[in-house]
Amino acid sequence: MMVSRWIAGLPWWTPVAILALIFAWPLTAAAQGKFTYTDAMGELFRWMPFLLTKGFLFNVIISFFAMGIGTMAGACLGLAQISQNPATRNLAKFATQAFRNSPWLVLLYIVLLALPFEIVIFGIIVPVPDWMKAVIGLALPIMANVSEVVRGAVQSVPTAQWEASEALAFSRMQTLWQIILPQCFKRMIPPWMNWYAILTMATPLCSLLGVEELITLSRQAMEGSDNHPELLVPFYGFAMLIFFAYCYPIARWTISLERKYAVKL
Amino acid sequence: MNAETNWTPDQPMVSATDVHKSFGELEVLKGVSMDVMKGECVCIIGPSGSGKSTFIRCINALNDIQQGSITVEGQEVNDPNLNKLELRKKVGMVFQQYNLFPHKTALENIMMAPVKVLKQDPKEVEDRARELIKKVRLEGKEDNYPGELSGGQQQRVAIARSLAMRPDVMLFDEVTAALDPETVKEVLVTIQQLAEEGMTCILVTHEMGFAREVANHIYFTDRGIIVEHGPPDTFFDDAKDPRTKEFLSQIL
Ligand SMILES: Nc1ncnc2c1ncn2[C@@H]1O[C@H](COP(=O)(O)OP(=O)(O)O)[C@@H](O)[C@H]1O
Ligand SMILES: [Mg+2]
Repeated sequence: MMVSRWIAGLPWWTPVAILALIFAWPLTAAAQGKFTYTDAMGELFRWMPFLLTKGFLFNVIISFFAMGIGTMAGACLGLAQISQNPATRNLAKFATQAFRNSPWLVLLYIVLLALPFEIVIFGIIVPVPDWMKAVIGLALPIMANVSEVVRGAVQSVPTAQWEASEALAFSRMQTLWQIILPQCFKRMIPPWMNWYAILTMATPLCSLLGVEELITLSRQAMEGSDNHPELLVPFYGFAMLIFFAYCYPIARWTISLERKYAVKL
Repeated sequence: MNAETNWTPDQPMVSATDVHKSFGELEVLKGVSMDVMKGECVCIIGPSGSGKSTFIRCINALNDIQQGSITVEGQEVNDPNLNKLELRKKVGMVFQQYNLFPHKTALENIMMAPVKVLKQDPKEVEDRARELIKKVRLEGKEDNYPGELSGGQQQRVAIARSLAMRPDVMLFDEVTAALDPETVKEVLVTIQQLAEEGMTCILVTHEMGFAREVANHIYFTDRGIIVEHGPPDTFFDDAKDPRTKEFLSQIL
């Protein structure tokens, strides 16, 4: 929850500060060259629609897919972690810890290099573009962390609830689905949203794989504007502002939900 | 009566013979034997940690045993092939901490197992659940969540929840131990009523007055063995074993 709490706790003038940085930076360099701060801002405004619709939108799409896949896989892995079968349980625990504690970039590169650029399903050649590999690469750590969220939530329900249902002849599966999960489902939502915010902020990693998201396109745009060093801070500052604008409401919502669900039970 | 086991009501409904149970190195039950006939109410008393909870949890297979035999209506519980779910349909259990499902209303708590486990018609189950609510004198509390009920009320919902499964035996593990003194009585009255209706009951309790009045037979346990047992009058007035006497003198 740390990330969401930190973001949600940022003061209202944070975006103003970022903006101020964007505007103030070129002043320091302005004296040296012909390319001025006004020029740099002009370039940024020219590229802005492109950066938003072709760049950031793609970050959002990647985050949706990675979160969706990671959540489904993570839910299964989390339930496997509480399986009564020791082999299943230990394997799931190992996978969870392995993917949770690996650097995201390393996972991304492994997926990029390990997956073929196309797969053949029933004789049909399906291409696997790099962005899809990036989605899978990002889904892996999400899967592992969702797995922990699920395990933690299930184990936060007192064992007495398991016993009470067992004594009423509920099977283990019935107990899990009818009694335990309904009690802890809400508790999973804030940490799950927290991971979504972290994931979104990690999507620029995909630019290292050549996926055309916001950062990749910002770099391309700066190249298109003759690579003036004065462009760096406005463009990257803008990227930061966009991520902040997107993640801040999510973080606030996460924290308010966390409070709401903490009161109950 | 029972095709599989040839059990007839003149045989003990619950029969434990030389039950041994260990948690790792710690031997908690060291040869416990007890017979409970249909319609009987049996109370188990004894100092804390003597294995009372462990024993009654063995009867519905919440705990497994290492040695000995427990039968319920002739069905052996200490059997690796035991169908635990079938056993638990016959054996109801009420816990010290009520353990109601906090996300369900009182009525839903009662209806849950018959509908989900026994797959009975929800409409019919609801009618029965409302009758049970009446029986435990909680009319008007049907739609309250456990968190909105007092301890005594929650415990009566828990009893109704167990009864909704129409068990043949009820196990009660210190069900009044967590309650305020004023609410203890309302729960005991409910149990007494059940016993009088002929429900087979096995109770772990510290309520000596209740045990004396309601029980057909009393067992005193200490450190995993049954030290002494007998009908209430003999037990309370004429205890033989010094450990029983000491315990009774402390608690009465
Ligand atoms: N799940 C368990 N694991 C290990 N030891 C246990 C467990 N349950 C109970 N015990 C031990 O068994 C002994 C008897 O406990 P219990 O049956 O709860 O006693 P009582 O209900 O008579 O107070 C105690 O020493 C307790 O610590
Ligand atoms: Mg106990």
